Amino acid sequence: MSMTPAAHEAGWILEVRGLSKAFPGVQALRDAQLAVRRGEIHAVLGENGAGKSTLMNILIGLQTADAGQIRFGGRPVRFRHPHEALRSGLAMIHQELMPFPELTVAENIHIGHEPASRWLGWVDRKAMNRTAARLLERLGLPLAPTRPMRELSVAEMQTVEIARALAHEAALIIMDEPTSAISAREAEALFGIMEDLRARGVAMLYISHKLDEVFRLADTVTVLRDGRWVGTRPRRGLDRATLVAWMVGRVLAAPDTPAARSPGPVALAVRGLSRRGCFRGVSFELRRCEVLGLAGLMGAGRTPLGRALFGLAPADAGEIRVHGRPARIGCPRDALALGIGWVGEDRRRDGLVPTMSVGHNVTLASLRRCCTGPWICRRRERALAAESLRGVGVRGARAGQRVTGLSGGNQQKVVLAKTLLNGPDILILDEPTRGIDVGAKAELHALISGLAGAGKAVLLISSELPELLALSDRILVMREGVFTAEVDARSATQEEILRWAMAGGAGPGLVGGGARL
Amino acid sequence: MGAMMSGTLWFSRLGWLSRYGLVLALAGITLGLAAVNPNFLAPQNLWTLLRQVSINGILAVGVTYVLLTGGVDLSLGSMVALAGVVAAHGAHPGGYPWGVPVLMGVMTGVLGGGFNGLAITRGRVPPFIATLGMMTAARGLALVLSGGRPVSNLSREFTRLSSAEVLGIPVPVVVLGVTAWGSHVVLRHLRLGRHVYAVGGNENAARASGISVEGVKLFAYAVCGGLAGLAGVVQAARITTGQPNTGIMYELDAIAAAVIGGTSLSGGVGGIGGTLLGVLLLGVISSGLDWLGVSSYYQQIVKGAIILGAVWLDRRGEGRGENLIEPPGGKP
Repeated sequence: MSMTPAAHEAGWILEVRGLSKAFPGVQALRDAQLAVRRGEIHAVLGENGAGKSTLMNILIGLQTADAGQIRFGGRPVRFRHPHEALRSGLAMIHQELMPFPELTVAENIHIGHEPASRWLGWVDRKAMNRTAARLLERLGLPLAPTRPMRELSVAEMQTVEIARALAHEAALIIMDEPTSAISAREAEALFGIMEDLRARGVAMLYISHKLDEVFRLADTVTVLRDGRWVGTRPRRGLDRATLVAWMVGRVLAAPDTPAARSPGPVALAVRGLSRRGCFRGVSFELRRCEVLGLAGLMGAGRTPLGRALFGLAPADAGEIRVHGRPARIGCPRDALALGIGWVGEDRRRDGLVPTMSVGHNVTLASLRRCCTGPWICRRRERALAAESLRGVGVRGARAGQRVTGLSGGNQQKVVLAKTLLNGPDILILDEPTRGIDVGAKAELHALISGLAGAGKAVLLISSELPELLALSDRILVMREGVFTAEVDARSATQEEILRWAMAGGAGPGLVGGGARL
Repeated sequence: MGAMMSGTLWFSRLGWLSRYGLVLALAGITLGLAAVNPNFLAPQNLWTLLRQVSINGILAVGVTYVLLTGGVDLSLGSMVALAGVVAAHGAHPGGYPWGVPVLMGVMTGVLGGGFNGLAITRGRVPPFIATLGMMTAARGLALVLSGGRPVSNLSREFTRLSSAEVLGIPVPVVVLGVTAWGSHVVLRHLRLGRHVYAVGGNENAARASGISVEGVKLFAYAVCGGLAGLAGVVQAARITTGQPNTGIMYELDAIAAAVIGGTSLSGGVGGIGGTLLGVLLLGVISSGLDWLGVSSYYQQIVKGAIILGAVWLDRRGEGRGENLIEPPGGKP
């Protein structure tokens, strides 16, 4: 039933074949393919980390592929930068819009190809405003072209971006989760524009986690998984259940099922915790000897919750109790003193000090343990670092080595070693296996299980459902800042969790765009 | 300096080489000058040289703290003038013992630096702007306190701070030596020093490791200011007046020395050993050019070229491999 991208017919606007891309420590795309017809809305689906972003970034020239061919409009292309792609008629509307806030709407639409006189490049402002007004009218957005961009709402900026694509006579527009930051009503207007564009023969590549939208708009659906192309099918003839199973249905080397653990006393109790714009009214209990999974899509509020519990972006309402005592966590030092450890989702941003050695990174949060007064005892520090690195299974790396020279997996272990050296009872792990290879992943899974077995209370945030299911005792599902379900990890299925996590799934809750997180 | 390289071997081979290269360059230039004129290596001349570089040395040691946190301090030159004027006011004959004006000068610097630190941490003013403001304001304060005229008539006890010797070593050189050694110990052997490197290397990771990023920055700017105050005291003793117009552009020489010595302007990399090498290199070159009778106009051009060349070499080494900026869009 799945179509392979056939030899190029007149109808294809984009054909991608054999595209591969590796980042240090992870193969982001392997032999991926994609074929888009003129004038169709083509949804690209896949879990976080499936390779969607990498594929799109390569298409528009933000990244270069290691191997593979791209034909656009029948010609082989390899864009060097997004502007070259745009000039050729391939535009991308990013999830995070990148406008020039201080320029006017018309200037934003024309950026890079301003109508200008030959002499000195004198910009013809009138012509620019005229074209802008015409394009905006076509999109049904009655907006003065002279307004500064910063006054616009996100949805309006999005439409301006689309106008910019049209100004370049784009034949294919890539839209990366365009409804993630706009209201349901605005999303409705956007769909209208998209249908209109389709009728005029503009093709759209549509990335979304919202199945409702996919079923409403898409003509064709392509699924990516682990950087591979899984298949392309016409949307007609697909039902929701099939699609969800198709997205997650991997043959997975499942991590070992957790050894028999019986949860101990409550280590962390949270009641009514809220932070404006991130999450609200969150309540749960986390016990010793337990892994509590936290599932949800990107932007569901899982990461802000973890950061709030560690004091990086404190909650503004609610109650936290640590080992039964009320706790006030205003900064990471408070959290560390309470025995809370945290490993962030982005180890480069929040975990590693790239200018330091492996050993110095490991001891950074617990220098007191190798100090006499203010003096660092180097011998004690080296011993402590070595022991800690052994504990998390870092192999083939010296403590004196520069940390940036390690593989992604080993870097992650270094961050974990740093956190563990402080002796926390409660661990918050945010995407601890993101962007690392399969082998290191399995080792980290074993480590996490072991930590819970040794009496730690672990809050595991992960976008990988098989990982959550295999490691957790219970799983909380979060959507748009609130908990929508708590499921037993032993009996739950990926489909069930995904339904609770996605707007418009079988679970209760809002349909459509939803609030901005 | 040897201690810098001992212990951990984490400097990449290239980093090691560039450090080694600096020593080689220093030795080569010195020997070259000695070949032209053997008197260049005479002990008397070497002591003069060290005395000449001591003020820039003290400032460069101070600014190394700030650069290591990823910041910058442009107010050093003005702070030298302000501290000199303040110290001079307390150093008239028949007044306080010499320790009092010294302390007054240093405390002036600490307060100024501390104010910089507060503006940067509490006020969230970028270091460049905060210290630029201080540069202007401190200069103005120095002019106000002195009425725009040099504060003269200083006690011999005070001016001897520049001319006296301890165990045959000129006092300014002793001050530089003690300052540098103390700073080296703080930065390499104390927890606080490690925190300085962590803050400069990755502020987010430092905060997540329970380090008080604000406290560390405040410390760095206060020390930097305090050492600028100390340099101002030495300067006042040397020129036997509190000069409100002295120290113009001193901060740039200090930053240049630190950067030539391998301290990264983006923070987290470098150290006192490298900074001292940078100070010496700049000092030897400027003194050597004097010996060769090159006009001071040309000397500035040479100095500029050296600063550019040193940083260019440094960047070339960094550009490969490890410090690559992530591709846009980040990880898959």
